[in-house]
Amino acid sequence: MTRVFVPRDAASLALGADAVAAGLAGTGAQVVRTGSRGMFWLEPMVEVETPAGRIAYGPVRAADVSGLIAAGLLAGGAHPLRLGRPEDIAFLAGQTRFTFARCGVVDPGSLDDYRAAGGLKGLARALEIGPAATVAEVTASGLRGRGGAGFPTGIKWKTAADATAPRKFIVANADEGDSGTFADRMLMEGDPFALIEGMAIAGLAVGATNGFVYTRSEYPHAIAAFERALTAARAGGLLGADVLGSGVTFDITQRVGGGAYICGEETSLLDSLEGRRGQVRAKPPLPAIKGLFGAPTVINNVITLASVPFILAEGAPAYQGVGYGRSRGTMPIQLAGNIRHGGLFEAGFGLSLGEIVEDLGGGTATGRPVRAVQVGGPLGAYFPPALFDTIFDYEAFAARDGLIGHGGVVVFDDSVDMARQARFAMEFCAVESCGKCTPCRIGSVRGMEVVDRILAGRDVDANLELLRDLCETMKFGSLCALGGFIPYPVMSALTHFPEDFHRPALAAA
Amino acid sequence: MPEYPPWNADRAASIIEQYRHHEGAALPILHALMEAFGHVPEPAIPLIAEALNLTRAEVHGVASFYHDFRRDPPGRHVLRLCRAEACQAMGADCLHDAARDRLGIGWHETTADGAVTLEPVFCLGLCAVAPSGMLDGAPLGRLDPAALNATLDTALEGAR
Repeated sequence: MTRVFVPRDAASLALGADAVAAGLAGTGAQVVRTGSRGMFWLEPMVEVETPAGRIAYGPVRAADVSGLIAAGLLAGGAHPLRLGRPEDIAFLAGQTRFTFARCGVVDPGSLDDYRAAGGLKGLARALEIGPAATVAEVTASGLRGRGGAGFPTGIKWKTAADATAPRKFIVANADEGDSGTFADRMLMEGDPFALIEGMAIAGLAVGATNGFVYTRSEYPHAIAAFERALTAARAGGLLGADVLGSGVTFDITQRVGGGAYICGEETSLLDSLEGRRGQVRAKPPLPAIKGLFGAPTVINNVITLASVPFILAEGAPAYQGVGYGRSRGTMPIQLAGNIRHGGLFEAGFGLSLGEIVEDLGGGTATGRPVRAVQVGGPLGAYFPPALFDTIFDYEAFAARDGLIGHGGVVVFDDSVDMARQARFAMEFCAVESCGKCTPCRIGSVRGMEVVDRILAGRDVDANLELLRDLCETMKFGSLCALGGFIPYPVMSALTHFPEDFHRPALAAA
Repeated sequence: MPEYPPWNADRAASIIEQYRHHEGAALPILHALMEAFGHVPEPAIPLIAEALNLTRAEVHGVASFYHDFRRDPPGRHVLRLCRAEACQAMGADCLHDAARDRLGIGWHETTADGAVTLEPVFCLGLCAVAPSGMLDGAPLGRLDPAALNATLDTALEGAR
């Protein structure tokens, strides 16, 4: 029976993929549900297995199915929606897919598929070379935390490995709350075994037998896909008392967040896992020394952990050889917001922001000029096109008072009101502040009020000065990155788009 | 969307019993209660406190910290609309005004006939198909006024 592949990625479902799958199931084809390749302007994208390889069609609506079948879709026949071989689509062909190699290709519930597509080689090698050499390999790869902080992963692992304790934990941070980011979601829905394998390698490397994945509740499809994968991993001997027949024990529990953005911050996440309010802890002690339930804990972002199987399987030089400056390896860049080609583009660091937005993204979806691009989520700076030469790299963005964060790139056209975006940043911080430190808890509310006065045209110059001063206080006085970085979007809006802040006074009510 | 049963202390107690021995059981218990009752009923708080050897104030502190744990039952349908930046960039704010106008309610409120609860959400990870939302857990992408109205029609119609 001919196999056709239809994504079950949440974004594909949002565009009607289930109805397309149902239509195709009625034509005698065997429908396999996959993740997404990450080209959402082509979703739902259907692929059919032919002797010449897979042939893609998209975007397919349920109403297109009968026409596609009549045109010979099951044999890769010609049709206006025919895209050809997916690997030849320029957006995919231009990528360096290390971490997302299998996403959108394999059945995310099948461990056999995962193994057949090159999975489990990394864990097999880690078991062969042992913990110390595994940590050394990760260190040599230059991998840095993909959650946004960019801390060297190997150093974190070594700290936990060197700690002596009756138990240790591996925690995957799947609380992907930054707007514009969906890499963790796509991976957990499209290739969840990569995360499981990465965590098992981490467990082996530092001597932990238990892992937790803390997934945000806003991702019900990722939660379900990951649970299915956990069941298959236990049945297939990837998890449990005898990982891949090695005698090593490792198992994973998934926990669901409570809708609090702050729990993406690692110490809040740990408090939340412990059953408490997700409030930030002061560091030190580092989680690698005293983390979950007081035990040494490696807490890494999903993409960080999912990058590890490639590093072990192909060797550190293969990963380290790609990148720019001190940012080694690849990053899944997520193109979002008002953009023509929204999706995920995995590439080595080093592209310019202009290349990302204009060349890969194809400019705005509305066709209007790009005015601002927010990189790195709600705590990231807004960049004007004048700064499109900024290189996508941890240090280059920091040098321009921004951050790459988790790799989200949100494009706005010229209808955006940057003073309103500054107001939103403060509002978001006020809603999501954990309340532990004053600059964030109180500062965000005062910040909202100050921007409101500016929006109303009241004492604009004095209030702008006050806003700058408040941002300084929050930046240097907050306990974590929420209050500490919210000044980035606010100050970048003010610096690069000052004209939006000088408004005429509103008539008094 | 399931119709949630009324408060039942025995059912709550058995849910709590199922999770109480897990380390850090509070969130799994609260989620399971949400699943069973559509919200975290007030009488559940002392039960959780006793099971986890915490004070009622501590449990209340946890339950009220997280946006997910409603204190009142939701309407028959829950519409979540994303308010975050990627959706803003595609005109979400206007769309949300229209939704609130048509439903005659604000965020976190339920229509008088109990049909729809409207909740804001900060990111569903559908940022490449913005503006996005979720109706009873089913994702919605590229919402425009027509698609939003069709969604609301379904929710209001199905509720009758």
